[in-house]
Amino acid sequence: MIGTLAWVLRRDLRLALRRPAELAFALFFFLIVASLFPIGIGPQPELLRAIAPGVLWVAALLASLLALPRLFSADHADGTLEQMAIAPHPLTLIVVAKLAAHWLTTGLPLTLLAPLIALQFGLPAEAIGVLVLSLALGTPVLGAIGAVGAALTLGLRGGGVLTAILVLPLYIPALIFGAGAVEATVAGTGASGHLSLLAALLVFTLTFAPWAAAASVRIALE
Amino acid sequence: MAIPWFKYASPASFYGLAGRMVPWFTALAIASALVGLWIGLVAAPTDFQQGDSYRIIYIHVPAAWMGMFVYLVMAGWAAAGLVFNTRLSGMMVQALAPTGALFTFIALWTGALWGRPTWGAYWVWDARLTSTLILLFLYLGYLALRASIDDARRADRAGAVLVLVGAINVPIIYFSVRWWNTLHQGASVNLQGSSMATVMLTGMLVMAFAAWMYTLAVSLARVRAIIIERERHAAWVAALPREGSPAGG
Repeated sequence: MIGTLAWVLRRDLRLALRRPAELAFALFFFLIVASLFPIGIGPQPELLRAIAPGVLWVAALLASLLALPRLFSADHADGTLEQMAIAPHPLTLIVVAKLAAHWLTTGLPLTLLAPLIALQFGLPAEAIGVLVLSLALGTPVLGAIGAVGAALTLGLRGGGVLTAILVLPLYIPALIFGAGAVEATVAGTGASGHLSLLAALLVFTLTFAPWAAAASVRIALE
Repeated sequence: MAIPWFKYASPASFYGLAGRMVPWFTALAIASALVGLWIGLVAAPTDFQQGDSYRIIYIHVPAAWMGMFVYLVMAGWAAAGLVFNTRLSGMMVQALAPTGALFTFIALWTGALWGRPTWGAYWVWDARLTSTLILLFLYLGYLALRASIDDARRADRAGAVLVLVGAINVPIIYFSVRWWNTLHQGASVNLQGSSMATVMLTGMLVMAFAAWMYTLAVSLARVRAIIIERERHAAWVAALPREGSPAGG
């Protein structure tokens, strides 16, 4: 079991690292979208500081949404996913390993890039720390929920937009708690409540989403 | 005693049952809507605070209830479909979704029309409004997924997973939105908290009953169409008498 997990994790990481440019796309997207807001709204520091938590979280959310097709579609196209589904190991476990690899190549870089963009918005240091923490807790939630949407839309027309329509409403709790944590820090009311709820959401999602994603993969392969 | 639990799980036998029930539910829907509208628009007095604009609740509240309830019913059918692998369950989910989306939309629309004279704005980011909007997004997601899958059985199963994931998320979304709302702007808006006059409540409940009957009638009529469409190659469909076409045609 652990061997399978490690094997899928290593394989997905290696495949992802073979195409480093593709990994950078999501990060560039994050950077560009977050930079569009000051350009569109105007450079008033007060205003930027007020909207920063929401804008940064929404930008990170959209960037991780863009990366979702990487989870299954290549494996689906070349038949690897079918072999994984008929392997003697539980498909749920394989999905967990793929999610872990996906987070290491998408969620983690986004989390690490966020402080840089937060500086552009003039967030105080304490709030930047909370932002990193909230993204570290929140991006796995986005990936796990997104896996269900990505699996349901495998091989369908208009896959990318369809995934967004299915997944974005389900992202709202993570967005509320994540952006709320940063906002609460800026406002000085303390972020522990938001972060605890976000952590609870993470545990809940990681318990159920891989199972639902595995079921969705099986449906897509029928 | 053996109860034939699964007799009507077969589309062929449910087709006939639904056909017999549709006229009854239609009649009940029309009759109770007429009574409810009469109570709401004629019998009920004008509200002393809100004037006549409050009368929109006779449409608004039943629509909002129905929008939420239909999603639960869909989730029930989706679970049944995944557990028992019955074809009818997926068809019922498919038949209910447009009605649920319609009611959710009506609830938002009438809410906006009511909010303008009462709150002075068509839209406020109140917790209930926001979560109703998200519910509409969930309906639209289901309809979009369904529309992009050609194979009906895959659409049934994929849709069932999506509806169940959504149903698990609905309470989380509702409470997170409430939490978000209270932190942002405090309790700025309360739907009329005071007790309602009996005649108003009666009118609203009658209208809610009408909404139920309408949903039953429409979704059963729709599921009949879905059954016929999907089972068109089955022998029992070919044996049905053709309506509206010349004999033998």
